[in-house]
Amino acid sequence: MALGQRLEKTVKGTDLELAGEALSLDRTGVLWLPEHRTLVVSDLHLEKGSSFAARSGQFLPPYDTRETLACLHEVMQRLDPACVVALGDSFHDARGPERMEPGDRAMIAALQEGRDWVWIAGNHDAAVSDGVGGRYCETVSLGGLTLRHEPLAGVGEGEIAGHLHPCGKVTMRGRSVRRRCFVADGHRLVMPAFGAYTGGLNVRDAAFEPLFPKGFTAYLLGDGRVFAIGRTMLGRD
Amino acid sequence: MTASPLPSRFSAWFAARGWSPRPHQLELLATVRAGRSALLVAPTGAGKTLAGFLPSLVELSERTDGGRGKARGLHTLYISPLKALAVDIARNLDAPIAGMNLAVTVETRTGDTPAHKRARQIQRPPDILLTTPEQLSLLLAHREAEGFFAGLRTVVLDELHALVTSKRGDLLSLALARVRRLAPEARTIGLSATVRQPDELRKYLVSQNPSASAKSGGISAPPMADLVVVKGGAKPDLHMLDIGRTLPLSGHTARHAMPAIYDLIRGHRMVLVFVNTRLQAEYTFQELWRLNDDTLPIALHHGSLDASQRRRVEAAMAAGQLRAIVCTATLDLGIDWGDVDLVINVGAPKGASRIMQRIGRANHRMDEPSKAYLVPGNCFEMLECRAALDAVEEAAQDTPDARLGAPDVLAQHVLGMACADAFDPLGLYEEIISAAPYASLSWEDFEAVVDYVATGGYALRAYERFAKILRGADGRWRVRDARVAQQYRMNIGTIIEATHIKVRLTRMLRSKPGTAIPRGGRVLGEVEEDFAETLTVGDTFLFAGEVLRFEGLSEDECLVTRAGPGTDPAIPSYAGAKFPLSTFLAARVRAIIADPFEWDRLPRQLSDYLAQQRRHSALPGERDLLVETFARAGRHYLTAFPFEGRLAHQTLGMLLTRRLERARLRPLGFAANDYGIAIWCTKDVSERAALSPGFMEALFDEDMLGDDLEAWLDESAMMKRTFRQCAVIAGLIERRFPGQKKTGRQVTISTDLIYDVLRRHQPDHLLLRAARQDAATGLLDVTRLGMMLRRIRGRITHRALDRVSPLSVSVMLEIGRERVYGEGADEILAEAEAELLQEALG
Repeated sequence: MALGQRLEKTVKGTDLELAGEALSLDRTGVLWLPEHRTLVVSDLHLEKGSSFAARSGQFLPPYDTRETLACLHEVMQRLDPACVVALGDSFHDARGPERMEPGDRAMIAALQEGRDWVWIAGNHDAAVSDGVGGRYCETVSLGGLTLRHEPLAGVGEGEIAGHLHPCGKVTMRGRSVRRRCFVADGHRLVMPAFGAYTGGLNVRDAAFEPLFPKGFTAYLLGDGRVFAIGRTMLGRD
Repeated sequence: MTASPLPSRFSAWFAARGWSPRPHQLELLATVRAGRSALLVAPTGAGKTLAGFLPSLVELSERTDGGRGKARGLHTLYISPLKALAVDIARNLDAPIAGMNLAVTVETRTGDTPAHKRARQIQRPPDILLTTPEQLSLLLAHREAEGFFAGLRTVVLDELHALVTSKRGDLLSLALARVRRLAPEARTIGLSATVRQPDELRKYLVSQNPSASAKSGGISAPPMADLVVVKGGAKPDLHMLDIGRTLPLSGHTARHAMPAIYDLIRGHRMVLVFVNTRLQAEYTFQELWRLNDDTLPIALHHGSLDASQRRRVEAAMAAGQLRAIVCTATLDLGIDWGDVDLVINVGAPKGASRIMQRIGRANHRMDEPSKAYLVPGNCFEMLECRAALDAVEEAAQDTPDARLGAPDVLAQHVLGMACADAFDPLGLYEEIISAAPYASLSWEDFEAVVDYVATGGYALRAYERFAKILRGADGRWRVRDARVAQQYRMNIGTIIEATHIKVRLTRMLRSKPGTAIPRGGRVLGEVEEDFAETLTVGDTFLFAGEVLRFEGLSEDECLVTRAGPGTDPAIPSYAGAKFPLSTFLAARVRAIIADPFEWDRLPRQLSDYLAQQRRHSALPGERDLLVETFARAGRHYLTAFPFEGRLAHQTLGMLLTRRLERARLRPLGFAANDYGIAIWCTKDVSERAALSPGFMEALFDEDMLGDDLEAWLDESAMMKRTFRQCAVIAGLIERRFPGQKKTGRQVTISTDLIYDVLRRHQPDHLLLRAARQDAATGLLDVTRLGMMLRRIRGRITHRALDRVSPLSVSVMLEIGRERVYGEGADEILAEAEAELLQEALG
């Protein structure tokens, strides 16, 4: 299976430190906190495909939830986390869990089996409360780290957030490559969206400026590993 | 002599103008008046359009009610591929109608027609309505369609040869099928330039489903419209332009020929200078103006220019105010503008029929010869010009084969039919298979399309409760609500333009260097978004006849300034139409190369070159494939010469690279042109071929079209683009309209993501099948590649050389102009990452 093959490739991450905690940026877009054996995954946007059918009559392939969960399953098998934190916007909308196929629901239950699972509330799924296992929190603190969905403007020492779906674009010799990415400045980390149908916001967008007033490095998800790209090499869309 | 079918007031009108009706005009009139459909095949200048309207004008003139007071239905529908052509025809019809004082009303209906007029046209239709295929589909999806079309007597399809080769032709064939049902008495008239297989067009014009009309027993030939052919026409006066000096070995700009072209312009009244790409148009236009000491009025016309600018050029041409127009395929079709007395085609001709149609733009009187020159851009293009001259001499045609109707277009049509009225699936199926492109559609495939329209066609039945069309207790399908109908209307059509953004001329802020004043300047036209995204500030490129400097992107606009005088454009290209070499011309080119007796007819430079090739290596036989391997500057090259066109060669290059990689020869990249490909490797290919007999045969084995092709298609950017087009046509995703702001990240989903997910979870989905069907003939030209691989089986001539051969030089010179192999994203990222390290260390 193509998906399996892709993930079988040597998965190299990039190691960082934030608020004294070790972080490993995984090339699949999840964050691994080895000292806490905790996996953080952001913006799953499950049932995004079906939300279009419900809202505007566009019948996008309804396979995004199982695709997203299958990718998550792969990376969880490799890392075997004791705890999984879904960093908000886990469902594309509040009614997402209702529309979910029974098979996908069972998949989530299997992933939760034998480990702690935390759903952090996001802006899309703030009202999700029940029926999908796990516990619900606004924020989670782990050592010096604060995990929340939407980054707070101003001081963000040790903050890990999602919400913005960062993407970086590199153009060289007439070709451009646009990839999801982590964004970090040593104080705060913004995670890429993990969901199969999630798009991206270019890191050069004004939304990132107040969060990283002194600049940042983007960690782009390549095919084989994570690449650290300086701000000057990142283009606008 | 039999009595003329022409009424006396028509005869008198012809006579008054000093004309007499042409035989084909009378023949077509008699055929159509006898209730039969017909295809009229005629060269330009034969009075095709008047012939097409004559039956309608005669019938309308004979009406006894006088048409006063009583609302009459629509009598004749005229369909043109170009909006501008419809408008032009309306003007031209004015002469006979006014001249004979006929009580006939003529109106156009295009995207520009105001809403109140459209509404009025439905209530009180004109006698003759001139419109486009898309507008026809919209009319047929209208709730009033049945009454509107009930009295229709004639459908005239102009430039049919151009329409049927695309998805627009599929859509139009489906519309015609519906028209035949609403107006069983209507006759169809197709107007076409000369084509290779007129029978295909004759089938297109009439129902292919005898059970839907009169049933005939046993197996019978497919029904066809009558054929009226205009014979003769003077042979064109066509030559290869000899500039009396050696041509370069590569490049397509024909810079060397510009002074000669300029002299030709000076010696003629009005010259059309045809080129193959927009880039070439820009370049030629600029070079001609550089030489233009007489300041002759020379204009530019191509698809990226602002529409109003194109209209101005057309008007100036019609008024005889221009001496030359540099143009692309945008002027291939259509309008009888002005008094062109010479056509010049710059660059390789690419196809015999195309070149004949272009030549026909000169001199619109069919009994006088059209005068034209072919201008080869490089030494090798002389071969293609020679082959084209021969083809024109024999009047041999190479128009494409008939199409198999696309499933995505069918999906759009089915939704439209549900908007018009509830449909019975069996009835609609019978109607659809009466359209020639869909004649072989199976009931199962039709059901799959209906299922797609209703709920997306997914094995996972997730969308039943949101269905767009619903099946009632009576078994008929109805559209769900007005919103679905509105979505259909907004997304009609099969032409998916690459997203374009405006190019706006700005001024630089002196006070703040590097900052452009964002607004206020003139809009020069549009470029493809993909092109704009590859530019970095300071890049210079040719556009709208000027060298421009890229200053940045502002929301939805590409901001530029004028580059200083004498600046050379640095960026080579923005995409425009690029035609691949036709199979037919390619075969002729191979035949010329294979036969040294033919070389006498070639320019000396070229025959010398071929003789050298024969001494150094070998000449490929007419049906053979020549493969050369050699080392150069530390790399090992493999070159091959299938002569099957750039698109097929690019696909071949991708597949061969995969195989060479598997053979551990470590390929690094490849380049392709219309004649051949070059692949370079780290390891010695000659040695491998010597050590393992049968290596080349295995390398070029047809089985590369199996797994290798599938694996590559999965990742191919070209395939993703093709999928996107199918998805828009089939209504999976909505069109983006020019000027419409990009919506936020939550609202749209990139079709690349959809493609990836869909092919992993439902690889046989309707839209993936549609995309593969397109890939077979479109951008990837897989069909042609397959034909080539079958042709060369057991016929590979391999030469291991100690240095590059003359023939290989032609394709080696493409290296560096072409994108290098591999999606290679990680290499680009690694290079960008290295910059960060540099920063850190420096």
